Amino acid sequence: MLPLILFYVFATVLVAAALGVIITRNPVFAALSLVLCFVTSAVLWLLIEAEFLAIVLVLVYVGAVMVLFLFVIMMLDINLEELRSGFVRYAWFGWIMAAVVVVEVAGVVVTRRLGIDVTRGAAPLPPNYSNTFALGEALYTRYVYALEIAAMVLLVAMVAAITLTLRHRVGLKAQDIGKQVAARASERVRIVKMDSETRL
Amino acid sequence: MITLGHMLTLSAVLFALSVAGIFINRKNVLLLLMCIELLLLAANFNFVAFSRYLGQLDGQIFVFFVLTVAAAESAIGLAILVVLFRERRSINVEELDSLKG
Amino acid sequence: MNPTLLLTIPMLPLIAALLAGLAGKQIGRAGAAAVTITAVGASCLLSLIVLKQLLVDQVPDYQGTVYTWLVSDGVRMQVGFLVDHLTALMMVVVTFVSFCVHVYTVGYMSDDPGYQRFFAYISLFTFSMLMLVMSNNFMQLFFGWEAVGVVSYLLIGFWYTRPTAIFANLKAFLVNRVGDFGFVLGIAGVLHYTGSLDYSEAFKLAPFVGAKTLMVFPGHPWSAMTLICICLFIGAMGKSAQMPLHVWLPDSMEGPTPISALIHAATMVTAGIFMVARMSPLFEYSDTALSFVLVIGASTALFMGFLGIVNNDIKRVIAYSTLSQLGYMTVALGVSAYSVAMFHLMTHAFFKALLFLSAGAVIIAMHHEQDMRKMGGLRKRMPVTYWTSLIGALALIGTPFFSGFYSKDTLIDAVADSHRFGAGYAYGCVLVGVFVTALYTFRMIFLTFHGPERLDHHAQEHFHDVGWNMKGPLVALAIPSLFIGFLTEQTVLFRGYFSDSIRVLEKDDVVAEVAREWHGPVEFALHSFLGFAPWLAALGVLTAWYFVLHRPAAGDAVRVRFAGINRVLDNKYYFDWFNENVIARLTRGIGLVLWRGGDQAIIDGGMVNGSAGLVGWLAGVTRQLQSGFLYTYAFWMIIGLAALLGWFLWRT
Repeated sequence: MLPLILFYVFATVLVAAALGVIITRNPVFAALSLVLCFVTSAVLWLLIEAEFLAIVLVLVYVGAVMVLFLFVIMMLDINLEELRSGFVRYAWFGWIMAAVVVVEVAGVVVTRRLGIDVTRGAAPLPPNYSNTFALGEALYTRYVYALEIAAMVLLVAMVAAITLTLRHRVGLKAQDIGKQVAARASERVRIVKMDSETRL
Repeated sequence: MITLGHMLTLSAVLFALSVAGIFINRKNVLLLLMCIELLLLAANFNFVAFSRYLGQLDGQIFVFFVLTVAAAESAIGLAILVVLFRERRSINVEELDSLKG
Repeated sequence: MNPTLLLTIPMLPLIAALLAGLAGKQIGRAGAAAVTITAVGASCLLSLIVLKQLLVDQVPDYQGTVYTWLVSDGVRMQVGFLVDHLTALMMVVVTFVSFCVHVYTVGYMSDDPGYQRFFAYISLFTFSMLMLVMSNNFMQLFFGWEAVGVVSYLLIGFWYTRPTAIFANLKAFLVNRVGDFGFVLGIAGVLHYTGSLDYSEAFKLAPFVGAKTLMVFPGHPWSAMTLICICLFIGAMGKSAQMPLHVWLPDSMEGPTPISALIHAATMVTAGIFMVARMSPLFEYSDTALSFVLVIGASTALFMGFLGIVNNDIKRVIAYSTLSQLGYMTVALGVSAYSVAMFHLMTHAFFKALLFLSAGAVIIAMHHEQDMRKMGGLRKRMPVTYWTSLIGALALIGTPFFSGFYSKDTLIDAVADSHRFGAGYAYGCVLVGVFVTALYTFRMIFLTFHGPERLDHHAQEHFHDVGWNMKGPLVALAIPSLFIGFLTEQTVLFRGYFSDSIRVLEKDDVVAEVAREWHGPVEFALHSFLGFAPWLAALGVLTAWYFVLHRPAAGDAVRVRFAGINRVLDNKYYFDWFNENVIARLTRGIGLVLWRGGDQAIIDGGMVNGSAGLVGWLAGVTRQLQSGFLYTYAFWMIIGLAALLGWFLWRT
């Protein structure tokens, strides 16, 4: 009983936060609403007994991605006046589309012919089940290639982000290590043969 | 107890809200990116729910990778946004129409 | 026979034509004349050698392919030669007359700026005609057919700055085209029923085709052979100017006289006669077709003769005479007397060419005056021309012992012996035609050469007789006009000369019947006085003398009395009026409607511009989708997603 009540409470908060993300005009408020979304999602996942992912959600999504969002929001000199001016004309159509999507997805759920019984609860887990342990076991044996590739993806994303936004400051006197290492004695010192001067 | 139907409906609502957010947002590119995150969150909900209720771990594994990719994508998306802002001094989506046919 | 020798015969005039035509300026007037005359003369000599080989040395006929152009679905289209007695006869006639005309041209066109071009054209014509007669398959025949049509067009419109000349050459080409349409249908029929374009293969299968029928209109089967032969004959009608496709020949007199002699008397117009004779294995299996040929030929022979009586242009009188004589030849074909037709073709070639060339001499002497009413008494001024013309005229009307007599009277006898449908009508026509021929021929002779001089002042001052380069060919042609009938009739008609080329079914063999009565040329000439022909000819000459020389005023009186008939004759039976005002106007009208409605509106407007416009409109509409806004694209993606989801749900 209790998990269900908790579920409803947090689900309501989640939906409210999501609404807040899309309705609010201030981007900072939107970002913070999104943070709330993620946190409540993490709680819900905890209720489902997927605790590792719940923590990962908080760590990665809130701790990294949303922080990044807030960085960018703060960095950009956004003209708030412009953002406040009026709503879009065709907003109603967006809501209709959303309703359609909900109905359809719910329709998938409701249709009994998909072979899944959506009304049953989850099977209870064995007593010394550790979600982290199970995930680690699966990840490093069966999915190790995908893991490596995911790592590469992150590396590439990092390189890409830096490449896109890097600006070289003009006039900066910095060391070029490459040139320093490549210096040769033959370029630096030159022996010149000169006649000696007899006059003082 | 929490049934699969509960989770799926919740995920559907989240998805719908993010879709609505993409539609009704005309002013803010940042909001667009945030709605995408919501979208991905909804998908993740689905994965976790099914993983739990069908007793397989693969759904949760996949959430890992979705998370990874979402992080990468938001990083790059924001980088693009930054560069865009440097050029245009505005994040109004309605001004980004240079690919108009 | 040596195939190289045979190949040289048509190739020499072709090479000469190319030289004179393309390098005319470089080799000059004398060079062009020399090259072409030498080439055609050599061809003439070689043709005579071939004839000698066939006749005297009894060399077998030559049948062979020179070059296979293409093979399509089993049909071979090739260049090949069939040289038998029929071909050899035509080759000699063509090259000899061509040679005479070439020499004549040196004088006739001496002060014309297109001198080399003319020589090139007449040599080219000689090549085309030789390819036509020497061919061993329908494709090459058709090539030669079209080629002579084209060269005729070029030559009729030789003085292309004259509007009448251009009108005439287009008329000739278009009327010929109508004939060619039938001709092609006939060739297609032959190909369809025999599976081959080769003569020998087609003729082998002719008896079997004779039994087949064709349903053109459902429920009415027509004999296939009749249809094929009539279609082939339509081609001959166009080329040999039978009614109603005769209208181009009088107009073709717009061209210089040498070509009137060469093309429109001796060679091109006889191509149709030659073709039917060559196709005798086919025609013999269709009595209906032959009756058709007979009736058309007879009508042409008579009615064209009438037109010759009222005309005042010297060349046009001879043109109508040619039409009439072609009708005679066609009549001979119609009664299955193919050899007689060819014999008449040969004699006619000589004396008609002679008449044309002498008319040309008169025209040159009169400084390009062609109206006979302004001539008269020229026999004193141009004796050689007068005597050669007289020989030609006597040959034409069928005076006993002259060449024309032998061919014409044999022809009349053959028609008399025939039992074919239309033979009676044809007999009447050719007999009356003898009277008419004599009338217009000697009207021409008397008006031009006899009687008081009616030359106007200008002509009298500039009159000069022509040189021997023009009189020579006249003499050269007068000799065969005199003797060739007498000398060769027996060999050509009754000694089986054409037995390898012409096929006649026994029941229709009128020539065999005539042969039974033959006892030699002298006897034939004397025997003819027991019949009608020479007396009718004499009556015609007398009538001409009466109305031209004795009492010219009587002629005017007759014209007034029979004004109605006169008007019909003057308007050439309204054929030209009909062609110009009904057919040509209708065709132009249809063309205009199709141009405005079909071409401009539908094709240009609807299809070309319309499709481009449609693409443009579509692009304009589709362009709206490319808003450049990210949210629009996301919008459409999600709508698509929703639709896909909906469809999946619907399916389950």
